[in-house]
Amino acid sequence: MSNLLEVHQVSKHFGAYKALNNVSISVPKGSIFGLLGPNGAGKTTLIRIINQITMPDSGSVILDGHALNENHIKDIGYLPEERGLYKSMKVGEQALYLAQLKGLSKAEAKTRLKYWFERLEIGDWWNKKIQELSKGMAQKIQFVVTVLHQPKLLIFDEPFSGFDPINADLIKDEILRLREEGATVIFSTHRMESVEELCDDIALINKSNKILDGKLIDVKRNFKSNTYEIGIRSGNNMVLQQELEQKFDVTPAYFRTLEDELKLNVKLKHDEKPNDLLNYLTSKGEISHFVELIPSVNDIFIKTVKSN
Amino acid sequence: MNHLPLIIKREYLTKVKNKSFVIMTFLSPIIFIALMLVVAYLTQLNNDKVRVISVLDESGLVQDIFKSTEKTSYNILEDMSLDDAKLLAKETESFGLLHISKISDLKTASDYITFYSEESPSINLISSLETKIQLELTNQNRITQGFDVEKLKASNISVSILQESFEGEKTSKADSIVKLVFGGAAGYLLFMFIIIYGNMIMRSVIEEKTSRIIEVIISSVKPIQLMLGKIIGTSLAGITQFVIWVILGGILLVVASLILGIDVSQMQTPQQELVRQAMENPNLKFDIQNVLVAFSHLPLVNLIFAFILFFIGGYLLYSSLYAAIGAAVDNETDTQQFMLPILMPLILSVYIGFFTVIENPHGTVSTIFSFVPFTSPVVMLMRIPFGVPLWQQIVSLVLLLGTFILTVWFAAKIYRVGILMYGKKPSYKELIKWIKY
Repeated sequence: MSNLLEVHQVSKHFGAYKALNNVSISVPKGSIFGLLGPNGAGKTTLIRIINQITMPDSGSVILDGHALNENHIKDIGYLPEERGLYKSMKVGEQALYLAQLKGLSKAEAKTRLKYWFERLEIGDWWNKKIQELSKGMAQKIQFVVTVLHQPKLLIFDEPFSGFDPINADLIKDEILRLREEGATVIFSTHRMESVEELCDDIALINKSNKILDGKLIDVKRNFKSNTYEIGIRSGNNMVLQQELEQKFDVTPAYFRTLEDELKLNVKLKHDEKPNDLLNYLTSKGEISHFVELIPSVNDIFIKTVKSN
Repeated sequence: MNHLPLIIKREYLTKVKNKSFVIMTFLSPIIFIALMLVVAYLTQLNNDKVRVISVLDESGLVQDIFKSTEKTSYNILEDMSLDDAKLLAKETESFGLLHISKISDLKTASDYITFYSEESPSINLISSLETKIQLELTNQNRITQGFDVEKLKASNISVSILQESFEGEKTSKADSIVKLVFGGAAGYLLFMFIIIYGNMIMRSVIEEKTSRIIEVIISSVKPIQLMLGKIIGTSLAGITQFVIWVILGGILLVVASLILGIDVSQMQTPQQELVRQAMENPNLKFDIQNVLVAFSHLPLVNLIFAFILFFIGGYLLYSSLYAAIGAAVDNETDTQQFMLPILMPLILSVYIGFFTVIENPHGTVSTIFSFVPFTSPVVMLMRIPFGVPLWQQIVSLVLLLGTFILTVWFAAKIYRVGILMYGKKPSYKELIKWIKY
C-alpha cells in the first residue's frame, strides 16, 4: 500500500522558537493516522503546514505523489480544533459559501448538502442562523462542511469535542464510513480511547520532535513488556505469592473477581514463554484469569513523553 | 483557485443584509436632515428676534448714526447719568448699553467709549459698532481739520483686480471659492470614508477571529485574498450606503424644506459665512453665472481622474492597515493602542488641507504633504482644483502606489500571523517579529 501523504524533514521556526524540528511522517492511503502529542508539541503547526496555512522553513510535503501546491486545497478537508462559523449567517448560505471556497460549483454543493443534511437529520436547519444553534449542532454543520467536497485527505483535530456521546458515536461511524469509501484520515486528539479504537498508524510528537511512529500494532508490540495478569485460587495465597516472587518478577494487580483470589502481574524474562508460566501455575491451583498485558496507547504516550 | 469574487460577494451581501447596516443607511439621512432643519429653524428664530441696544451719547457726536434695522434697534437715551442709563437699559431688557462720554480729544476717542452688557457681546457686534463710530468720527475730524469731505469721498478709487491665467483664461475670486468647496468636499469625503469603513473592515476581521472560523477559511484561500476580498467587499457596501445617503438626503432635504418652508440655505455655517461675505463684497460678482464660469474653470477631467485614483489609493492604503490591526487583536477594546498611528496622519492631512492648502495651495508645506503617501490623498485632492502640474500628481500617485504595495505586504504579513493568534495582546515589538515569520 502506498502513502497518500509524506512529510519529509520538515522544520519550522517562529522567531527563536522551534515549533518543528526535522519531522517526517508517512500516512498510508486509506488509513486512519493518529497524530499524538502533548499540548504545544507542534501538532497544530504540522497540520497547518499540510494545509498550506503555514509554510515550512525547510523540508517537503508530498501529497498523492506531488509536492504540495495550490491544487491540493480541494483534496484536503480540515476540521481545526479552534473552529467556528459566521454567527449571523444562515446555515445553508454558509455551507454553500464554504463548499464553493473548496472548489465545488454552487449547484453541486447544494445537491450534496441536501444529501448530508438529510443523512444527519438536520434538514430543517437550512434557514437558521448559527447563533440560534447549540454548540453540538454547529459542530455537525462543521463536520458536513469538512467532508462535503469528498477530499482524499481528511484532517480532524479533536473532532469529538463538543459532541454528546450519541453524536460522537454518529460522527465516529461517519469517519469510518468515509475511510471505507477511500478517504485517508489524519486524526489528532488527546482522547486515547478513540485512538485505540480508530487508528491504524500513529505518530507521537513531543517538544517539536517526532519521538515515535509506526503501525499501532507494531508500536504496541515494541512496548509489550512480556507481562501477564493472572488470577489464581489456591489453598494458601500467601505461600503461593512468596513462591512466585522468588521465581518471577511480580507486582500486585488490580481487577475484579468473584472469589478471593491471588491477583498478580507477572513479568517474564526474555527467554521465558507464557506456557512455562501457565504450566507452573496449573500445578499450584485453579487459574481463573490469564491475560497478556498489552500496553495501552495511553501508557505508551505517557511513558514515551516522560522518558523523552 | 481565485476565490476573490466569491469572498467579495459574501462580504458585500453580509454587510448589506446586516440589520444595523440597513437601519443606519436609511435612518442616518433622516436624522441628519432633521437636525439640519432644527438648526435652520433655530437660526431663523434667533434672527427674527430684534436686539435692542441702548445708547447714551454724552458727547452728542455720534448718536445720529445709529439707525434701527430689522435685527437691531437702537434706543437713544438722553439727559441722564450713566448709572440711571444702566438701570434703564436693564429694565428695558436691552442687550447692552453703549456709553460715549464727553470727548475732549478725538485722537484719544477710544478712552471715552464703553459697552456695558450682561452677556459678553460677540466680536461681530463690537466690530460693527466700532466701524460705525470710527467712520463718523473720522468724518467729523476731517471736517474740523478743514477737509472737504465730499471731495474726499469723490476722490476714493475702488480697485478690483482682474484675474487671468497665462493662457488667457479669465478667472475671478468666485473661482477660488468654488475650488475650495470642491477640494474640501473631496478631501473630507475621503477622510470620512476611511474612518467609517476602515473601522468596519477591522470589526469584520475581528469577528472572524472571535467566531473562530478563520482557520477553516484560510485552509481554502490565501490570507491575502481574504484580506483584499474583505476590503473590496466592505468598500462596495460603503459606496452603496454613501450613494443611498446622498440620494435620500437630497430628496428629503428638498421635500422637507418645501413642506416646512424653511430656507436651508439661510443656515449659518462657517463655510456659508465665507461665501456670504464674498457675495456681499460689491467688487465680487458672485451670481449663478459667475459660479458656472468658475465651475467651467475647474480642471474637471483631471479632477475626476485624480479623485478616483487618489480616493482608491488612499482608501486601500488605510484600510489594509485597519485589517492588519483587526488581525492583531482579539477584541475591539484592544485596538486603541494601534489606532493612534493611523489617525495621526489622517487628521494631520485634514488640518493641512483646511488650513494650509486654503491659504497657499502651492506653498512648501502643501506641496510636501501632497507627496507624503499617508497624507497625499487628502492634501492632493484639495490642491488639485487649484491646478497642480501633472508631473506632481504622477509622482505623488507613484509614491502612493509604492507605499500601498509595501503596506499591503506588511499588513498581509501581520494579518497572516495575527489571525491565528488567540488570547494575547501583541506589542509593536511582536508585530515586527511577526513580519519575519
